[in-house]
Amino acid sequence: MGAAIVELKHVDKNYGDTTVLRDINITLEEGKFYTLLGPSGSGKTTILRAIAGFLNVTAGDIYIAGKRVNDIPANLRQVNTVFQDYALFPHMDVFENVAYGLRIRKVDKASVEKRVLDALKMVRLDNLIDRQISELSGGQQQRVAIARAIVLEPKVLLLDEPLSALDAKLRKDMQYELRELQQRLGITFLFVTHDQEEALALSDEIFVMNDGKVQQSGTPVDIYDEPINHFVADFIGESNIVSGRMVADYKVKFNGKVFDCADAGMRPNEPVEVVLRPEDLDITSAEKAKVTVSIDTQLFRGDFYEIVAYDDGHNEWLIHSTNPAPADGSLVGLYWDTEDMHVMRFGESEEDFDARLDSYEGE
Amino acid sequence: MRKKVNTAFYVPYGLWLLLFVIAPMLLIVYQSFFNINHQFTLANYATYFQSGTYLTMTFNSVWYAFVITVVTLLISYPAAYILHYMKHKQLWLLLIILPTWINLLLKAYAFIGIFGRDGGLNNFLGWFGIAPKQLLFTDAAFIFVAAYIEIPFMILPIFNGIEELDEGLVNASRDLGASPWQTFIHVTLPLTMSGVKSGVQAVFIPSLSLFMITRLIGGNRVITLGTAIEEHFLTTMNWGMGSTIGVVLIVTMFVIMFLTGERNKRRVKGGKHHA
Repeated sequence: MGAAIVELKHVDKNYGDTTVLRDINITLEEGKFYTLLGPSGSGKTTILRAIAGFLNVTAGDIYIAGKRVNDIPANLRQVNTVFQDYALFPHMDVFENVAYGLRIRKVDKASVEKRVLDALKMVRLDNLIDRQISELSGGQQQRVAIARAIVLEPKVLLLDEPLSALDAKLRKDMQYELRELQQRLGITFLFVTHDQEEALALSDEIFVMNDGKVQQSGTPVDIYDEPINHFVADFIGESNIVSGRMVADYKVKFNGKVFDCADAGMRPNEPVEVVLRPEDLDITSAEKAKVTVSIDTQLFRGDFYEIVAYDDGHNEWLIHSTNPAPADGSLVGLYWDTEDMHVMRFGESEEDFDARLDSYEGE
Repeated sequence: MRKKVNTAFYVPYGLWLLLFVIAPMLLIVYQSFFNINHQFTLANYATYFQSGTYLTMTFNSVWYAFVITVVTLLISYPAAYILHYMKHKQLWLLLIILPTWINLLLKAYAFIGIFGRDGGLNNFLGWFGIAPKQLLFTDAAFIFVAAYIEIPFMILPIFNGIEELDEGLVNASRDLGASPWQTFIHVTLPLTMSGVKSGVQAVFIPSLSLFMITRLIGGNRVITLGTAIEEHFLTTMNWGMGSTIGVVLIVTMFVIMFLTGERNKRRVKGGKHHA
């Protein structure tokens, strides 16, 4: 485990009667790529602004490099931000924008020149040094904003939806570049996004936010495979969520049938929700079927077919398949492997969830 | 069809411009070449540039206009800045603009009442045992009243400039380590400079030709070009000389407009930063 570089302890933020953040506890370690993922209004940008020092929290403590920074103004915190709209200074050219922080710190002229050039090389913009900001494309402005922040060698770089204004192709390219940049610099990135694919692809660890709370934190694989609740399962990737009942350990009942599952540690007969990812469902013959469904519609998505089907209990099933399904209206069987099925309890806290998983996964 | 409608819209404005801006200016220029006996002459200009009196007046006008503008600016910028962060800023702004709806002459007379020997201000000073002072007809009173009248015209463009400033840039500057003061100097001020320039134009140019306030509050001890023009047209009836001063004023205004106008700030491309 690396050293903790940023810590939030029991952080709350209220605006009058509205609560934006409730009891946020986050620890960021040195040199890792973290993502705050959530829908708009979930409080992820508020966390970023609280760390950067643009707003005061109502309760709780924020630590940067072990020092409590609640009362330290933004300009004295060892973090830098890449803003969503870049916030480049329109009255300065590319060089001056990147040099701004160094000039404020009274770095000598020769070092300024060298460090600005290095930073611009890092984002591959060293050929546009004398350009005015208005002459740059969105992607180039994005790079200037990153160079302007990393030139100061911050311990933590905060990125507020930096890719949201770029088109799909450029966005993909920038994702690779950001990840590579983070690994090359070895500094901590805290990245805010509402794009779950982006979060899954880039992060060492994701904090899924909703309604001012961290719903779940963990590696992309953990969060995808073992979502803690309905919100996380629904928000990250696509999923089929069916309500059922836990009959016993490793046995869950839904649609009137009992299925084997890989989950345990719940009360007998506890109401639960069962998650099945669409890509884990296979279309098969009626004999092998765990559930029989009738095909409703299918869409060709390029790399897969997106198939919607209904079982006799009127539950909707979403299936991703590389092969097309039989014609609409036909009855097919669905099959999945036991470990593809994930069972979620209602209102389980993250600590309880982790503890329960540890209790039987070690067996 | 569309084109025709568009040109038709320009007609009232064009007529206005022709009748009330261009024609009078041409008339002034024309008048300036005639002496008091309606003979063509260049003597008016010769007199103007040779006599110490007129040059002193010119200097006075520019100097007082400069002082008025500086005083107005020093009051208006902080006011506009604070206004921007106030809760009901539109209401406060309205209160600042409100006095411009009152006739200038009325305001000048009000100040005579306030500054007079038995006026409100001297009464107030009297409570502290300070003997009545000569306030009216002083330079300070003149500049005070002129600044008072011009302040709304300075605050408005600066306020608009600050309103248009992207708050994100201020945050970015703070984020990069700049203190509030450094942020103000390097980001806020340069980016609101166009508002300041508009304000300077709106104040400096009218201040060059003030004559009512110089007379009523300045007690005619401050003679500016505005007062001189008034004298020539209404008292000495030397329209030629009055027009000549008018031409000089107009030229000065154009110079000021040019100096404070938006210039192309685009820097010459080149390897300035390349080692």
